[in-house]
Amino acid sequence: MSSPAILEVRDLHAFYGRAHILHGVSLEARAGEVVALLGRNGAGKSTTMKAIMGLVPPARGEVSFDGRRIERLPPYRIARLGLGYVPEERRIFTDLSVTENLEVGRQAARAGTPTWDERKLFTLFPNLGGMRERPGGRMSGGEQQMLTIARTLMGNPRCVLLDEPSEGLAPIIVEQMANSIRALKSEGLSVLLSEQNLHFSQAVADRAYIIEKGQIRFGGSMAELTADASLREQYLSV
Amino acid sequence: MTFSSILIQLLNGLAAASSLFLVSAGLSLIFGVTRIVNFAHGSLYMLGLYGAYTLIELLGRTPLGFWSAVVLSALAVGLVGVLIELLVLRRIYRAPELFQLLATFAIVLVIKDIALFAWGAEDLVGPRAPGLSNAVEIMGKRVPAYDLLLIAIGPVVLAAIWLLLTRTRWGALVRAATQDREMVGALGVDQAKLFTSVFFVGAVLAGLGGALQIPREPANLELDLAVIADAFVVTVVGGLGSIGGAFLAAVIIGVAKAFCIGIGTVTWFGVEISFSKLTLVVEFLIMALVLVVRPYGLLGRPQAAQRVAAEPAPPFTVPSWSFALVWLALLLVVPWVADRYTAILLTDIVCFALFAVSLHFIMGPAGMVSFGHAAYFGIGAYAAGLLLKRAGLPMEAALLIAPLVAGAFAIVYGWFCVRLSGVYLAMLTLAFAQISWSIVFQWDSVTGGSNGVFGVWPSAWLADKTVYYYLALGLCGAGVALLWRVMFSPFGFVLRAGRDSPLRAEAIGIDLRRFQWAAFVLAGALAGLAGAVYAFSKGSISPSTISIAQSTDGLVMVLLGGVETLTGPVVGAAIFTWLRDVVARNTEFWRAVIGLVILLIVLLFPQGLVGGLKALAMRWREGRA
Repeated sequence: MSSPAILEVRDLHAFYGRAHILHGVSLEARAGEVVALLGRNGAGKSTTMKAIMGLVPPARGEVSFDGRRIERLPPYRIARLGLGYVPEERRIFTDLSVTENLEVGRQAARAGTPTWDERKLFTLFPNLGGMRERPGGRMSGGEQQMLTIARTLMGNPRCVLLDEPSEGLAPIIVEQMANSIRALKSEGLSVLLSEQNLHFSQAVADRAYIIEKGQIRFGGSMAELTADASLREQYLSV
Repeated sequence: MTFSSILIQLLNGLAAASSLFLVSAGLSLIFGVTRIVNFAHGSLYMLGLYGAYTLIELLGRTPLGFWSAVVLSALAVGLVGVLIELLVLRRIYRAPELFQLLATFAIVLVIKDIALFAWGAEDLVGPRAPGLSNAVEIMGKRVPAYDLLLIAIGPVVLAAIWLLLTRTRWGALVRAATQDREMVGALGVDQAKLFTSVFFVGAVLAGLGGALQIPREPANLELDLAVIADAFVVTVVGGLGSIGGAFLAAVIIGVAKAFCIGIGTVTWFGVEISFSKLTLVVEFLIMALVLVVRPYGLLGRPQAAQRVAAEPAPPFTVPSWSFALVWLALLLVVPWVADRYTAILLTDIVCFALFAVSLHFIMGPAGMVSFGHAAYFGIGAYAAGLLLKRAGLPMEAALLIAPLVAGAFAIVYGWFCVRLSGVYLAMLTLAFAQISWSIVFQWDSVTGGSNGVFGVWPSAWLADKTVYYYLALGLCGAGVALLWRVMFSPFGFVLRAGRDSPLRAEAIGIDLRRFQWAAFVLAGALAGLAGAVYAFSKGSISPSTISIAQSTDGLVMVLLGGVETLTGPVVGAAIFTWLRDVVARNTEFWRAVIGLVILLIVLLFPQGLVGGLKALAMRWREGRA
């Protein structure tokens, strides 16, 4: 675990309108690592993701990606640096076909990161290969979840922010999703995923953070979290 | 009508439909991606027509010269579109939708005066298309060859746009951004560049639509608002954002108009019906009909909710009594110390203040944007004039009954309008205003047609301008006070609840439509009062009191002052009326000056004047604390 941090967040504050949501979040993800951001509904997981991505402009704090400060950049510039974002609500373009959805996400190849094309993505998500011309609006939730990840991968990211990838999916699809994330890791991608599902996170993540009321309450290896029942009881049980 | 004459009208209508489709398709594309209702799109069409005229003069009346001129003019208009996007709209994409609308109004004013400066006020008749000036004989009738070419151009452009949207990456980006532009940005697409390119394509289409009309209609300065009204109707009838729908609607409307001209006056069962007089309204009748049956247009779908984390409008603050009294005292004292002219100007201002506040009442708290509020102002004015001149009522009675007449029209129009929301609602209000306008404009025997009504003077005891000013101040002031009072009554709270969340309001048992309808009627009646007071102050009434320009003036007043503040519309009305008066006395190009002032305000104070000043004051206070 000595590789350098690819994504580093320091003392991040963010607001929705006047509501102060993030109160100084700090975390990091190292190259090739899968990190889980765990917390209950409304704890600030999605807002952390959006603030990193510039979708909710951070009010204070630093975000560095690959050694560059990005907290003042617009989302498209951040995406072009190789930070991919997969939104919680999937946000598929419902009028566009699978192929067109992927086309929107396409970016030029980037040195030092795996390059994705349709063929490679259809190997990772075989379901999608059979429905290339289907409009996004006529796909099941699981298929849409695959597509939204595939769409982001078309940008050849170095690191991916995955916002609640297992939410609302059937158990068998959750299993597939875990396999896909492990596949991304084996390609050398870093992943920061937000989750409520501890079991799912344990299956894919190397390290974990726990967020509660917009603040990080725990940061450590997955093994530490698994060993500490009281921590899970305090912050994660419903 | 014989079969061959029906065919001729059909061809005539299809030829007109092509340009209508081009300009509407551009409008629709721009709205889809940027969510901006570009009022300046008719102005771009007008520029395309003027540009083609000048370029043909330069390049020569040869087929090569003609077609190069058409294409170059369209491209030049495309560059104007890019300029508009870069200089103005790009800076205000995060501003409220209505403010963007105000900016595009301002651009209309500026472009009109640029055209006036460059090409003069005279209509410019272009040449026939070289090589196509002959006519083709079809079933014994002669059809201009150029018309046949235009008929072909419509479907060709439709196919080209369709290919562009479905077969290119740019098209995929445009369609994706139409649904969720923020997500497109998060995937690494530079929205600013995408928006600029969409503006370019949309403007080229408008310019091409105009340039292609050069052999058929003279270039003139009235085209901007006339064309934008037509283009709105076409996009709304077809369904916002649907290019195929725009084509269908353009064909329907183009053909319907051509038939109205072709049929002329017909006697059915002893009743004489003048179809040619219907020409000016037929498109609005079609639109009203379509919107009532299919609220999202023929091929449209409910608008995708845009993910803009817009803050809800802040609650209104009540102006303090001391503040109100100071202003009232000033308004009472000024005519004593100033000249007669000031009294006249102040009378205008109080009339427009009530007009603006009544518009704000439905736009602000009730969230229903009206593009046709002049209907009620104008109906009030005409009702007052006609009751005096035709019905022989005393002036005082005419003045008091006129608002009721305007209110009665608002009952009918409002019943339809409150069934819609957003842009569609705005368009339907525009349709009703245009229907009213064209009746007034064409019913010579009653309304005096384009000349209007004369000799609408107040009774002798009100003849003095200062005395009349006090009457105007009293009546309009009472109207404003009533509307403001209502905004803070439970009725007003219901309207605001309905604006912020219609579903939740209905879920707690509010019959929202009835409240909105009532608001519509109240606003209409008080706009009618403003119109009646205005009519007697001027002594004459012209159809312009009911025109699109009058409606847009009202919108400018409200937006200039700030829709989120209570006093904004009054301030906006005062500044706009005063500015127009001062500027118009000093320069022929008063529209451009006002347009530039509005643009400046839009870029500096995206919350309107009053809102912007409040924000500044707050920052100053926080800075000191």
